[in-house]
Amino acid sequence: MSILVNAQTKVICQGITGKQGSFHSEQALAYGTRLVGGVTPGKGGTTHLNLPVFNTVKEAVEQTGAEASMIYVPPAFAADSIIEAVAAGIKVITCITEGIPVNDMLKVRAVLDQSDAYLIGPNCPGLITPGKDGQGCKIGIMPGHIHMPGRIGIVSRSGTLTYEAVHQTTQAGLGQTTCVGIGGDPIQGMSFVDCLKAFEQDPETQGVIMVGEIGGQAEEEAAEFIQKNMSKPVVAYIAGMTAPPGKRMGHAGAIVSGGQGTAQAKIQVLKQAGVTVVDSPTDMGQAMQACLS
Amino acid sequence: MNLHEYQAKSLFQTYRIPVPAGEVVRADDQLDAALDALATDRWVIKAQIHAGARGKAGGVKLVDTRAQAKEAVQAMLGQRLATPQTAGKELPIHAVLIETTQSIEEELYLSLLVDRARKRHTFIISAAGGMDIEAVAESTPERIHKVSVDPAVGLMPYQCREVGFALNLTGEAFKQLGQIMQAAYQMALEKDMALLEINPLIKTTDNALVALDAKVSIDPNALYRQKALAEWRDPSQEDEREARAADHQLNYIALEGNIGCMVNGAGLAMATMDLIQLHGGQPANFLDVGGGATADRVAEAFKLIVSSSQVASILVNIFGGIVRCDLIAEGIIQAVKEVGLTLPVVVRLEGTNVEQGRARLAESGLQIVTADTLSAAAKQAVELAGEDQ
Repeated sequence: MSILVNAQTKVICQGITGKQGSFHSEQALAYGTRLVGGVTPGKGGTTHLNLPVFNTVKEAVEQTGAEASMIYVPPAFAADSIIEAVAAGIKVITCITEGIPVNDMLKVRAVLDQSDAYLIGPNCPGLITPGKDGQGCKIGIMPGHIHMPGRIGIVSRSGTLTYEAVHQTTQAGLGQTTCVGIGGDPIQGMSFVDCLKAFEQDPETQGVIMVGEIGGQAEEEAAEFIQKNMSKPVVAYIAGMTAPPGKRMGHAGAIVSGGQGTAQAKIQVLKQAGVTVVDSPTDMGQAMQACLS
Repeated sequence: MNLHEYQAKSLFQTYRIPVPAGEVVRADDQLDAALDALATDRWVIKAQIHAGARGKAGGVKLVDTRAQAKEAVQAMLGQRLATPQTAGKELPIHAVLIETTQSIEEELYLSLLVDRARKRHTFIISAAGGMDIEAVAESTPERIHKVSVDPAVGLMPYQCREVGFALNLTGEAFKQLGQIMQAAYQMALEKDMALLEINPLIKTTDNALVALDAKVSIDPNALYRQKALAEWRDPSQEDEREARAADHQLNYIALEGNIGCMVNGAGLAMATMDLIQLHGGQPANFLDVGGGATADRVAEAFKLIVSSSQVASILVNIFGGIVRCDLIAEGIIQAVKEVGLTLPVVVRLEGTNVEQGRARLAESGLQIVTADTLSAAAKQAVELAGEDQ
């Protein structure tokens, strides 16, 4: 089992003929993702990577029965692509694009609030349900080979820190059910709480690693949810203890402003909620192993 | 991207948000014309820098005569100013704003930003203007009014009325508050403003509202469609190295410590800094080289790191995902040679082709220490930095 996607999930790529879309579609196919087509307006009717290309997402859904979409389009067109996917009835939408204007994401958020579609991202590595021998589903830019099918759910605001958590759980022999990179933007799709809820309900997931960072209140909301609703152990790492206030640390959402959103405050509420918070990003796998044994 | 007060106020004028009559002066010889244009005998002279709390630092002067005005302008132009909000840095003053004075009866506060928890544009309005709004929110939260805008219907007149009544505004000022809020929301949408703040928004003795100060910052992700505003960028107000980094698509922030860091990914970069501290050291910088750690970008990153004289060792932490570690190692070797690095460099590589990557570094004959784990790398970097002192 897993959350959101599995080896049977039919996926399309929006922006499949672009450089990024093309490269990562090839990688997804190599991993075993059931990629059934792509969308590039104006290139409908052609094929790319031996897959049919459609002009619209609506057409792609009608022709292929796609349930999930991965979006690799430039920031200026990303919001339009996400909303097109929602309108076409795609249920799991992953947007990798970095640098989407906040005003555009507010529109996307308003549309998502009226629908039952899940958005992962934007500005994220994507999501993956690891599988053996081409049985997995990789939707994103993460390196597939570091993953191992297993029993830990991972949810993270940071790309490369997700890889650390994956690497460590693989090394520890725990493996992963599904890994979701929810991204580093201030206005985004799925939150920590959305993912924790799904992991709590997934029978295969035995524990969750949550990777947070400075800025916003998402970790605080997660702490409240964990305290009330989670029966499974949660290990957390929060990046940014040494981040100076008022500076945007790479991610648009990673900023401590007016004393709000500090790593210290997040760590404290997570600990109070019963979460095992590790001081070092190198201890996530071991801490999870300790929780499960 | 921050705007200067005078730039923000010129936008306000376009959207009919009332501001005091004012003139921008960039050189002494423009002063007389500016004072002539502002037909009054009392002026406020305001240093234009990208920071608040200028009044406390001598960046705002009230003058009654032309001689005083001249003195004040000369004391500011070409000088540098540090305020309680510049974190110890002094920012250059290349322009001053000269304004007519106002007769203030009350000072209000108004800002508009994207509230992350509500996921909507949200106004923060308070009768406690002219002070630090975060302190007000802390000590007297009941004096803060929050109004969120539903993007489907926009800002509704009743929302503005609610605030007007709560602030006990009447007549012209009550009406103006609604107009100012509508204008601010329209500006936030059309000009991609990440923050619009008026502190104070004053009520004059004539019961009129005027934006006495203006702080605006533009969403950097939207600059591609705000070309006119992008032209208003003032690099002289930014950290020189941060600006240079941005030109090379690197994310760099200078810090106080002596261990330089180069990392791929923003989260991992922060985590690396934290880990250095955990091992008893202090990071000299935050630096995200991004996904494609090519030789050129790595070289540029090394140059940035060593531009800080206090750096005693460098920790390179790369989790090679799609990018292969052997290629990254090649890039590091080339960059170390190109920059002529003499500082000790500790490299932690992980990911695709990691063995080949480590082997290349070992064979290079350069002063590069490879570490198997991130913890070991951080520990070594801290030790090497200590030896240097």
